[in-house]
Amino acid sequence: MEPTTAPTKPQFSPAAQAEIKRLLTHYPEDKSKSALLPILHIAQAEFGGWVSPEVQDLVAETLKIKPIEVYEVSSFYTQYNLKPVGKHVLEICRTGPCMLRGSDELTEHLERITGAKVGGTSPDGTFTLKEVECLAACGFAPIVQVREKYYEQLDTPEAVDAMLNELKSLVHRPILPWEETELPNSLKNY
Amino acid sequence: MGRKLLTEHINVEGIDTFDVYRKHGGYRSVEKALKTMTPDEVVEEVKKSGLRGRGGAGFPTGMKWSFLAKPEGVPRYLVCNADESEPGTFKDRQLMSKLPHLLIEGMIAGSYALGARTSYIYIRGELLYVLRILEKAIAEAYAAGFLGENILGSGYSLDLHVHPGAGAYICGEETALLESLEGKRGNPRNKPPFPAVQGLYARPTVVNNVETIAAVPVIVNEGGDEYAKIGVGKSTGTKLISACGHLNKPGIYEIELGVPVEEFIYSDEYCGGIWKGRDLKAVVAGGSSVPILPKELILKTAAGENRLMTYESLSDGGFITGTMLGSGGFIAMDETTCIVKNTWNFSRFYHHESCGQCSPCREGTGWLEKVLHRLEHGHGSMHDIDLIVSVAKQIEGNTICPLGEAAAWPVSAAVRHFRHEFEWHVTNPKEATAPGAAYRGAPVLA
Repeated sequence: MEPTTAPTKPQFSPAAQAEIKRLLTHYPEDKSKSALLPILHIAQAEFGGWVSPEVQDLVAETLKIKPIEVYEVSSFYTQYNLKPVGKHVLEICRTGPCMLRGSDELTEHLERITGAKVGGTSPDGTFTLKEVECLAACGFAPIVQVREKYYEQLDTPEAVDAMLNELKSLVHRPILPWEETELPNSLKNY
Repeated sequence: MGRKLLTEHINVEGIDTFDVYRKHGGYRSVEKALKTMTPDEVVEEVKKSGLRGRGGAGFPTGMKWSFLAKPEGVPRYLVCNADESEPGTFKDRQLMSKLPHLLIEGMIAGSYALGARTSYIYIRGELLYVLRILEKAIAEAYAAGFLGENILGSGYSLDLHVHPGAGAYICGEETALLESLEGKRGNPRNKPPFPAVQGLYARPTVVNNVETIAAVPVIVNEGGDEYAKIGVGKSTGTKLISACGHLNKPGIYEIELGVPVEEFIYSDEYCGGIWKGRDLKAVVAGGSSVPILPKELILKTAAGENRLMTYESLSDGGFITGTMLGSGGFIAMDETTCIVKNTWNFSRFYHHESCGQCSPCREGTGWLEKVLHRLEHGHGSMHDIDLIVSVAKQIEGNTICPLGEAAAWPVSAAVRHFRHEFEWHVTNPKEATAPGAAYRGAPVLA
């Protein structure tokens, strides 16, 4: 039998702590609550793509605010996942302009090949499918966002396969340094 | 081919770096403003330019700037609205990723004009990768002495920061944006007080769209009068149009205001016509919130004049036969499009994005989504068509922010011009709900 231990309290990594410290310099000293949204982004990237109540409490402690001030914000903004997610969260845009270019068909296709249903995770834990509203890339529809990356013009099975192949070997890192940020293809060929 | 005031150098290799941007004339407006102009003179040039807010409302920027309260010893802020979320609109993302320094240059010149010592760019959380591009560019601008203490020895100091949202359309509304920037839920504030008096941290604040701020450098460089020579009437300058939907060449186009809509859709210089050789059915010309128009009314006004890409021409005929330029999110729909389905999709969006503060919007958007869902799926009645018009009317004007109107207008306009298509879903549900079904009857023009 596995020895039982009390769940350990989550802690930010040194890199995350440094980033939080930098963010806090952006706001007046008595307005540090402003850093709540960016810190929740860091927390979500740091702790497996979602923010558990424990992680939210850690954020509250970091900002010296009440936990409820974090909960009311995390439950308002749709990017924060409040339940465990798979390794990759595929956020599929479902709004008008994407629908005109085949987002319904894309969603069905993704459900078929990943084995996940919208709102759920595939049995092997690899993919979570999440329908989202307009991602501001309507000219390159249909679109899927995975963490910070946009996959665009997913209107052929080949384009979808290429995305899934890339994701197979992709390991999400907690904080992506801006030096390594890549432009989506469409932006390269404006 | 019109002039490109914002995007002339967008394809230059390395234009996202400080050095290349500077070589192509970048940051000249900061030098000119800080060394040779007073803040009020910069405001005056922006007033003369006739520049209007590019986020959707089209309010004169110079006038907005002149409303800013300037009490002694109280900090004031310039906040850039980069929360681009209006369905059909994707210009700011493109502009910021490719030309981050253009926005930063505009922020410096604008902050100087308004007397702001700290400014923020509030960017939607989905665009974290663009936030990183901007942060890199901002670091370069600090290193080059264009940000920070005593810029270019002028005595003027400015700090500029980027702040992410986290998925909420409502944060594009300026007071919701400010709440969000303060680390709260994005609930719009009651007005007055307006942000110009009590904005960020209850200090005087101006909130401007990315494209608006990006137009400031050219106005400072060439003068407001020169800028105002471009365009037609009160629609001065250039506008970025996000073209999407069923077009051969969707993408971002910088146009001189005044291009005929027909030319914009069909000419190879712009969208290259409707895809798959199909016919155009309808256009939503300024982002999902503005009234949809059938082909006949988007190409020509009710009086038979050519419709132009200007604030005035697109709104000719009011909401009976016209629409709005809005954010420039230009969504084209071909003859196979189901207007009922599209309207339901938009209503689902607004229901999803309503912050829930005002009951007419919170409840009304839910009703719209639900009733449109049953109409689209062949379970609706004739009464339902009047019901959605009535619900839309009851939301409009009864909420503290414009999301209510944004949710109501697309529904009223769709029923106004495509009532027969809604009725067809009621009378011929089997046919209307068959896969790929599309109503081909004539729209209602007036």
